Amino acid sequence: MTEVSVTKEDAVASGELVVLKSVNKHFGALHVLQDIDLTIDRGEVVVVIGPSGSGKSTLCRTINRLETIDEGTITIDGKPLPQEGKALARLRADVGMVFQSFNLFAHKTVLENVMLGQVKVRKVDKKKAEEQARALLDRVGVGTQADKYPAQLSGGQQQRVAIARALAMDPKVMLFDEPTSALDPEMINEVLEVMQQLARDGMTMIVVTHEMGFARSAANRVVFMADGRIVEEAAPDQFFSNPRSDRAKDFLSKILHH
Amino acid sequence: MTVKLTVLSAVGSLVWGTLLAAMRVSPVPLMRGFGTVYVNVVRNIPLTVIILFSSLGLADIFGMTMGSDDFAVQGFRLAVLSLAGYTAAFVCEAIRSGINTVPLGQAEAARAIGLSFSQTLTLIVLPQAFRSVIGPLANVLIALTKNTTVAAAIGVAEAAYLMKTMIENEAQTLLIGAVFAFGFVVLTLPTGLFLGWVSKRLAVKR
Repeated sequence: MTEVSVTKEDAVASGELVVLKSVNKHFGALHVLQDIDLTIDRGEVVVVIGPSGSGKSTLCRTINRLETIDEGTITIDGKPLPQEGKALARLRADVGMVFQSFNLFAHKTVLENVMLGQVKVRKVDKKKAEEQARALLDRVGVGTQADKYPAQLSGGQQQRVAIARALAMDPKVMLFDEPTSALDPEMINEVLEVMQQLARDGMTMIVVTHEMGFARSAANRVVFMADGRIVEEAAPDQFFSNPRSDRAKDFLSKILHH
Repeated sequence: MTVKLTVLSAVGSLVWGTLLAAMRVSPVPLMRGFGTVYVNVVRNIPLTVIILFSSLGLADIFGMTMGSDDFAVQGFRLAVLSLAGYTAAFVCEAIRSGINTVPLGQAEAARAIGLSFSQTLTLIVLPQAFRSVIGPLANVLIALTKNTTVAAAIGVAEAAYLMKTMIENEAQTLLIGAVFAFGFVVLTLPTGLFLGWVSKRLAVKR
């Protein structure tokens, strides 16, 4: 465990990877993101929590521009997010994303799902892509399902394939948008284990979740959002044992005591 | 002649209809506008008018010879052009409704791994859209097969034209009519059955 934390601090030391500066976004009259400032360092695992409708999913989606922003800037690895087009596609390839509803390509096999991005975006040759895809599927524990279609897999298996699909692009940062919210309770752990392994391997991760256990054990930092604002940022131990804001106290009292 | 006319127009209308559908969902307003106007104009004009216009207007007034001086070849090519252009409007709308059945998350996931708009459309959205609209497309193709008879109006020797000639020369109107009607059923019934089978085989499970 000490070894792990040492390697992690080394990685963190190497600088800022994702920087959001005074980001604002409106959905009509609703001000979903209000003056968001957030910096994520290389190798850091940031968990975003908060009540429904607090804007945490939207925040996650703005980072690879699946949602556009009205004001502010977002930079990834020093480069500002480009406008729609080739440059944006290139950037998205470097930012892995895992969705709540898995979104595996329904007409392609598991293996094809993982190979597609490598072949079509990275232009890796097919044989090499297949090798890497199989290795990744083994790593997330669904290697034996490679030739099935997504609908034939359980939710937990599908989500692990989705993680493998994102990893296949060799991303600089991974975004997780409530990855376990659509899963049966017994499948949540198999997905969280994969994510924990990733965190230990030094992947930079931004995780929107309701899994407080994961936040405690894997996060370097917890970001608490409510009503479109970042209300509190702290190390997990400090946040869970001694939250500063009333909003966070209220939220924690509702979810931790039952 | 009917079969040749059907096959060529079908291929043409599927290609052109798919392009039109792509335009109608594209982020470029000009393309969207063109697709919308094209579909709404073309599908609301009777086919007979389109085919007559192609012959009298395009060929006679504007002197479009379609690469041939032979009147029969020219008529055939104009008929293919008109039928493909007309049917494409219906193909486009069928495919567009298919695109709407593909969950938004599919396109988002595709964009999230770095695929471009055209890659997202051709690799992820259209293949799934096609599978869900094979039934409606079969309707369009059957209608196309029967619509080829309108080409008789500009002297293309397809089935209806032959039937008219035969009826003029022979006395057995009913028999000839029945034989031709049966001929069309023979052409269209297998199309419908085959595509129904294909659509079941390729259905995307969610």
